[in-house]
Amino acid sequence: MALAAPWPFLQGQAPGNAVLSIAPSPRLTIQRGATAEFSLKAELQAGFHVNSNMPGDDYLIPIKLTWNKDPLEAGQVIYPKPQQVKLGFSANPISVYTGSFELGTRFKAPATAMPGMAFMNGKLRYQACNDKECLPPRTVDVRVTLDIQ
Amino acid sequence: MLKTVSAIGFGLMLAGALVGTGCSDWPGKPSAKIEKKSAADQKSADFSLKDAIGHPTPEFSLKDANGQTVHPADYKGKVVLLDFWATWCGPCKVEIPWFMEFERQFKDQGFAVLGVSMDEDGWAAIKPYVEDRKMNYRVLLGNDNVSTAYGGLDALPTTLLIDRQGKIALVEFGVSKGKEEFKNAIVQLLDAPRASLPVGSRGALALLTRPGSR
Repeated sequence: MALAAPWPFLQGQAPGNAVLSIAPSPRLTIQRGATAEFSLKAELQAGFHVNSNMPGDDYLIPIKLTWNKDPLEAGQVIYPKPQQVKLGFSANPISVYTGSFELGTRFKAPATAMPGMAFMNGKLRYQACNDKECLPPRTVDVRVTLDIQ
Repeated sequence: MLKTVSAIGFGLMLAGALVGTGCSDWPGKPSAKIEKKSAADQKSADFSLKDAIGHPTPEFSLKDANGQTVHPADYKGKVVLLDFWATWCGPCKVEIPWFMEFERQFKDQGFAVLGVSMDEDGWAAIKPYVEDRKMNYRVLLGNDNVSTAYGGLDALPTTLLIDRQGKIALVEFGVSKGKEEFKNAIVQLLDAPRASLPVGSRGALALLTRPGSR
């Protein structure tokens, strides 16, 4: 084999990292003093996974959804049941999400909340891989349009 | 023949009114901070690993676990496997034992492995990992500058083989080659005639290696 450059490598497309899409959400209507369920719908590009919220390996980066403290009070985020997937790089199955999945949150509107339109802002942190490579961890802003009544 | 294959393509974008802005937490991704770029910065930004074969290894200045500064020039005259990785990168775990074996097998023939970790948590994350796996090669802590210099490093692992003249001879995105393919490439580079070395450097490997480098 000759070593003269350039070597005959296939120069493929370098990967980007926007492999997770988050669906637009309908406006969340909530009464002051009441609670309402919200579901963040996410979809991963085929072949990719993100670690679940409890990946079972201290080195892996868990998915994490966090919310600002107002105008609503956010309860504990409800993560879906993960898949246990055996990948080429792992000796044991790892706990992941693939395809479409939803992250739930129960919001409570304080009795003193200002009625009208508002936004609830949060952040979703995740780190995606396929069985060959990993993309950098990302933190994306999420926003829910509220109708506080 | 060795082939470099990008494992994935991209189609989906973050979408919807729900999502505001997103940013990579990768230390090497461009920040929102707007700065006037120098000519050298612009040159780095234009560099792409997709077209890097035969290109001189981009410069970097990184610290190892002992705080020692490392530059690519420290290794001129050696064949270097430069691996960009992270502790959270599952596929990277596959290659690390291979690279440890290469380090053991070829280090006396003018070969060295450099692992550049892109962990945002720095040595606090890296050191336990290196100790757990008894990694026997030099590990450096990456930063924004090295990522930019190497074209952005879109994914990990990204692995380069650098010839004795300091030029990039192989680029691997992800884990698509096997251990034997890497090994064969290393052997070829180690066996390559040194006639093309710059005048004055032939046979001067020791002189071209700074104290502290492997």
